Amino acid sequence: MILIVVEHANGKLSKSTYEMTTCARELSREGPVTALVLGSGTVAVANAVELLVDQVLVVDSPELAQYDPETWSAAVAQIATEGEANTVLISGSRSGREYSPRVAVKLDAPLLEDVVSVTSQGNGVSAQRYTYLARVTETITADAPVIVITPKQAAFAAATPGTQPAEQFDADLSLPQRRVEITGKSQEKTSRISLADAEIVVAGGRGVGSAEGFQTLVEGLADQLGAAVAATRAIVDAGWRPYSEQVGQTGKTVQPKAYIAIGISGAVQHLSGMGKSKCIVAVNKDADAPIFKVADYGIVGDVNQVVPAMIAAIRK
Amino acid sequence: MRILVVIRQVLDAEETVRLRGGEVDLGASKLVVDTMDEYGVEQALRIREGGMEAEVIALAVGPERSHEALRTVLAMGADRAIHVQTELLLDPIALSKVAAAIAKQENVDLIFCGGQQADWDSHALGAAMAERLQWPQVTWVNALQVEGRKLSGRHDAEDGSEMFTVELPVVLTTQQGLNEPRYPTVPNIMRAKRKELRVQPLETFQVEPKLNVVGEEIQVKTRLHKILDGKDAPAAAAKLIGLLREEARVIA
Repeated sequence: MILIVVEHANGKLSKSTYEMTTCARELSREGPVTALVLGSGTVAVANAVELLVDQVLVVDSPELAQYDPETWSAAVAQIATEGEANTVLISGSRSGREYSPRVAVKLDAPLLEDVVSVTSQGNGVSAQRYTYLARVTETITADAPVIVITPKQAAFAAATPGTQPAEQFDADLSLPQRRVEITGKSQEKTSRISLADAEIVVAGGRGVGSAEGFQTLVEGLADQLGAAVAATRAIVDAGWRPYSEQVGQTGKTVQPKAYIAIGISGAVQHLSGMGKSKCIVAVNKDADAPIFKVADYGIVGDVNQVVPAMIAAIRK
Repeated sequence: MRILVVIRQVLDAEETVRLRGGEVDLGASKLVVDTMDEYGVEQALRIREGGMEAEVIALAVGPERSHEALRTVLAMGADRAIHVQTELLLDPIALSKVAAAIAKQENVDLIFCGGQQADWDSHALGAAMAERLQWPQVTWVNALQVEGRKLSGRHDAEDGSEMFTVELPVVLTTQQGLNEPRYPTVPNIMRAKRKELRVQPLETFQVEPKLNVVGEEIQVKTRLHKILDGKDAPAAAAKLIGLLREEARVIA
């Protein structure tokens, strides 16, 4: 069977669950596509996923109320072993990429990490992924009785739910004792659309001048466009913006329809987080800034004059 | 306590990636210690300098040239280094077997490695080592305190960050914000030349790659490069917004 570990939050399927379903269908390896739901109070999630796959396995337990890499990897590996899975699909989210290596080691399986495409090749699988800070596309192959794959987020189209609900089964597992205790969470809440879901992202770099400059220019433009905001590492380090808005090697990866870079020079580390955007727009005073090499559209000029003029032009 | 810092030698981010015969060719390029790994080196040194009895061991698994990266880490202040030498390209899952074996052999309590590798763009090494050792893991750590065998700190999670506590032994993967890694000083570079750098062949570990790299291609995405002069800001802005609306059709 092909096992998909369902990613969900607040009683809803995450986008990556729909994308993993597409990935599983494209791969078309032998056996039913099986969704594994791990969590506590998962009825709504199990009912939503039964329209995507051939069968649904549910492990609903208070022990699974909070994600933990050791617990999750133990659960997935047990189900994969008992169900003789030939493929295990885990989300390319941060948590998915954190526990999937443990699953691969437990199953003695190759890990195809953050892949953007996959195809079956005889008994094995061939896949493509990005390397060298997303500057190189690498083709890899693996041939083994079981393979673990994390599809890159947003690389696969979302599957459309069918009309025939798949059968649900409950499963019991023996889970390990937790060893890492989470003693607090800080969520940086924003009223804006999230970076992952936004079709337009407006991003600011050092060239916006100050935290106030970011508010006026970047947030001002984002408000006009209903866009998410993003920041470079330099201004996160300077304390102008929260880390949750950082795009780049050590932050988030985005690929919106339009990425509008304001006062961003375009260091490789930043480009690795946004270089796959469909349309890149840059405003910067330095005509030689590397960001212009990857830009579709741009203006060489003073952001303090150009951005307010852009806001005015949109209002017209 | 014994701390193992697993490092990789990677292409300097400022360098251009070059291909030769369908493979990335690092031969003529400037190579450095992966910046994500440097946070772990620095943190290990700070634990030792904080008055705790600790030995800091650096490990690299890779080709002959990797010893340069290990010398840099020794010059930063690591006590000794181990180089498992191989020309074989090991994926992170395979490499974790070697690193875990070294961790056992050296009887270490704490392992650091970068949250993401700048060559594979992978997050897998830390978690895979933890699994092989049956240890817990905390990834993307950006703040850390050590009291005896108890560690507490903060790490990046899916949305925002989490505070954690965990006991040794543990694998921690490191993230920006944890510290500001030091530069090696000239006297320390001199001193590092006399520190132990043990070379071990890969053959003793019985490890094989779990996957094969069959091709590498530099990404080329054709961009339109329609760059306007912004001296007359209102005119340039109006033209740009017009292009985004009517040509690119990305804004309403």
